[in-house]
Amino acid sequence: MDLQSLLQWLYDTPVGTAIRENGNLFPMVESIHVLSITLVVGSISIVDLRLLGIASKGRAVSRLTGEVLPFTWVVFVAAAITGGLLFSSNAVKYAHNGFFLAKMSLLVVAFLNMMVFHVITSRGIERWDESPHPPVQAKLAGAVSLALWIAIIVCGRWIGFTMSAF
Amino acid sequence: MTLHGFAEWLGQTPASQVVQNVSWIIPSVQCFHILCIAIVVSAVFMVDLRLLGVIGRDQPTAAYTSRFLTWVWPTLVLLLLSGSVLIVGEPTRSLENPAFLTKMTLLVFAMITTAGLQIPTFKDPAYWELTRGHRISARALAVISLLLWVGIVFAGRWIAYMNTAGE
Repeated sequence: MDLQSLLQWLYDTPVGTAIRENGNLFPMVESIHVLSITLVVGSISIVDLRLLGIASKGRAVSRLTGEVLPFTWVVFVAAAITGGLLFSSNAVKYAHNGFFLAKMSLLVVAFLNMMVFHVITSRGIERWDESPHPPVQAKLAGAVSLALWIAIIVCGRWIGFTMSAF
Repeated sequence: MTLHGFAEWLGQTPASQVVQNVSWIIPSVQCFHILCIAIVVSAVFMVDLRLLGVIGRDQPTAAYTSRFLTWVWPTLVLLLLSGSVLIVGEPTRSLENPAFLTKMTLLVFAMITTAGLQIPTFKDPAYWELTRGHRISARALAVISLLLWVGIVFAGRWIAYMNTAGE
């Protein structure tokens, strides 16, 4: 099955069809998507601002990530599921939308940035866990993450303006 | 002047014409608006999750209200400003829209709830832990606050779909 027929199959699934044709279903799923995305970006920003030495400076980095990131993953799963549902409603068109492709690429980069932080940067975390000013590599991870997630929101909003009247 | 008359008048002002005619203004302001919403909703959620005992039990609730709720009020100002640009650009689409009116009503209650959670901790940081009654009230307020902010995000998105102005 090539990509084009896979997209067409998604478009034709009962779920994709229902979201496309039922006037209330699309905005409903979209509202949950927007809520989840705002919580994903907001909660990640809490960690990013801590890494940058801007906020939550009195809280150990490991404590903060321990309380924030599980919540981030829950809302991320909600964002991914609702995003997938929205995608299925118009799969072929979304797959050819530049802002959609940019958003997905930025998501991959944000994921890689997070992995680099977890695997490499946070290795010596005991040395700066309590410090209000983490080392420059950690600050860089926070700044890159913040910039990527802002760009992801911007691309997401622009998908709406380049797909339809909304 | 009726609300409809006001919306019509606003739509004719030079400022409104600029927002209407420069195509990138509305999407850009909406992006900024969503980012501010992300800050406010996430900050409030952190406090609510703490009040509900889901996170941060090793720290008093006042540590959370002081860390997070301080972000809410300045960001709300930015939301009101960016929201105003959107209203100026599309007055009839917003002001006469039931979703918009719902959003503003929920916002008033959300602000009262947020202030209600924050103000008692100024006098006594341990306020929400003082008695069993206080702890129960804090949890109730946290649930109400969560529902209100979720409602605000939903109503906000529905403005685009309950457009009664018939463009």
